[in-house]
Amino acid sequence: MELTQHTVDSARSAIQERRTTALALAEAHYARIQKEDGQIGAYLTLCKERALEQADSIDRMAAEGKPLPPLGGVPVGIKDVMSTRGVRTTAGSKILGKYIPPYDCTAVARLEAAGAVILGKTNCDEFAMGSSNENSAFHPVRNPRDLTRVPGGSSGGSAAAVAADMAVVALGSDTGGSIRQPASFCGVVGLMPTYGRVSRYGLIAFASSLDHIGPLAKTVKDAALVLGTLAGRDPMDSTSANVPVPDYVAALDKPVRGLKLGVAKEYFGEGLDDEVRHAVESAIDKLKILGCELVPVSLPHTPYAIPTYYLIATAEASSNLARYDGVRYSYRASGVKSLSEMYRRSRDEGFGAEVKRRIMLGTYALSAGYYDAYYLKAQKVRTLLARDFENAFRHVDAIITPTSPTAAFRLGEKSNDPLAMYLADIYTVTADLAGIPGTSIPCGLTKDKLPIGLQILGKHFDEATILRIAHAYEKEAQIGS
Amino acid sequence: MRRGKMKVTEKDVTYVADLANLELSTDERTGMVRDLNSILDYIEMLNQLDTSKVQPMTQVSDRYGVDESKPGSDRFAYANREDIPEGLRKSLSQDSALANAPDADGTFFRVPKVIER
Repeated sequence: MELTQHTVDSARSAIQERRTTALALAEAHYARIQKEDGQIGAYLTLCKERALEQADSIDRMAAEGKPLPPLGGVPVGIKDVMSTRGVRTTAGSKILGKYIPPYDCTAVARLEAAGAVILGKTNCDEFAMGSSNENSAFHPVRNPRDLTRVPGGSSGGSAAAVAADMAVVALGSDTGGSIRQPASFCGVVGLMPTYGRVSRYGLIAFASSLDHIGPLAKTVKDAALVLGTLAGRDPMDSTSANVPVPDYVAALDKPVRGLKLGVAKEYFGEGLDDEVRHAVESAIDKLKILGCELVPVSLPHTPYAIPTYYLIATAEASSNLARYDGVRYSYRASGVKSLSEMYRRSRDEGFGAEVKRRIMLGTYALSAGYYDAYYLKAQKVRTLLARDFENAFRHVDAIITPTSPTAAFRLGEKSNDPLAMYLADIYTVTADLAGIPGTSIPCGLTKDKLPIGLQILGKHFDEATILRIAHAYEKEAQIGS
Repeated sequence: MRRGKMKVTEKDVTYVADLANLELSTDERTGMVRDLNSILDYIEMLNQLDTSKVQPMTQVSDRYGVDESKPGSDRFAYANREDIPEGLRKSLSQDSALANAPDADGTFFRVPKVIER
């Protein structure tokens, strides 16, 4: 087996049993990055010294015969919106181009404490704002399955790194679909946990009522393993929930027979590509064969999710991004004569076009005279969207949908039409708005060999059930292929 | 929010840019008028919904992990901590807090003149 093709468990046990070393595993991944990433662009910064030091300590544990922690020696990539002590963290933006955080994001610290080897920081849309990774201030990411296509966004670098065997798993963040949509485009597993399940301490904030951290992985089991190390209350994040963390891996092999799966017609309407529809319907048939019961459900407010999302997310972003003022840690324009000129010119030069567009929209929606008509209205419709799911989940255990209306589109295809780009998130924003968990798993290929994603949405804090369904489907699909 | 009524003008863009501490070039302003109008036109579909009796969703996490049997803010007791006047946790050292500043003098962040004449 190639060293870069390991899953979490196979990597850990290979190191534990001294068939390889964490050092060799890390070096093999760096060699692959060296060879492949020039054309893909998944990484922005590598932290080899930190990685090799951690690998060495894992190897010493293995040599002493000590049991390795759950992610012992596993090479991971971290989306560049998560703070890493001493390692440049840019959020894909020029305004943080030289920022070196003085502390670690809780999610990063928990992965490292569980033995993970952090290879580096992955590329993303600037401040996680985008659906194609073309909004990175540094360079776009290309889809490893087809280099003329986008990897999705905003966690495009994380998805591409996993898909191209340049990391075993990677962390992403999801505000409107930014873990699930790139997972779908690149043919990997992506998991957005329930709002509050994983601490956001140290995550560079985009929209605080919508931001989530979660894994991108090669298998459902790997995603479950990573979630188990990330989940749980963190005193440093007051929004992290005080809800017990179950054993996600142990729950994977429970039978799915008898589970009720909701199918909502709102996710199969106009705009859904025929090949995607066909693949998702075949996947639903497979789940039926496995003994799941299909139940039609209605989520009537779904068409209002995108406008609701783009008001709430931009309003929160306009507030969160006010901190980039050229004083404490961000880019400062040169040759400025006054404080107010410094603020304006630093932000003008430091932010990219899409970030400015969203700051403007959000500021407008919050400004005097428009607040009730836009921001408050959106918060009310958000209640209706959350209620849709509450009603549906009275009757079903999970809801099955396509992750994205199309497979990966071409670079440049939507980059001049903000609204067309926003509509790429049409099936994913609803879960962020309702705060429920969702996963995307591969469910086939188009005739052009582009991956298609199946989305499974669950009840609040019921990641175990959606992972169980995903795992059952994954096993069945492997046998079938 | 009636159709055609609250369209964004060049003047609105200038006002909002000022609120957001952005300057924007002439080209950017023109593009912004076009993009914001196109997005807001789309957003207008929210007015098809009667939300007069709907409460806004202002929090996501307050419904989970809280102790519903307790009144008011006691429900969030898990997120509280004892008051400790000092020594709770170390804050950043001055050096590391200043390390990313574009301009600092070792003690303070340095900025251009604040009062304009």
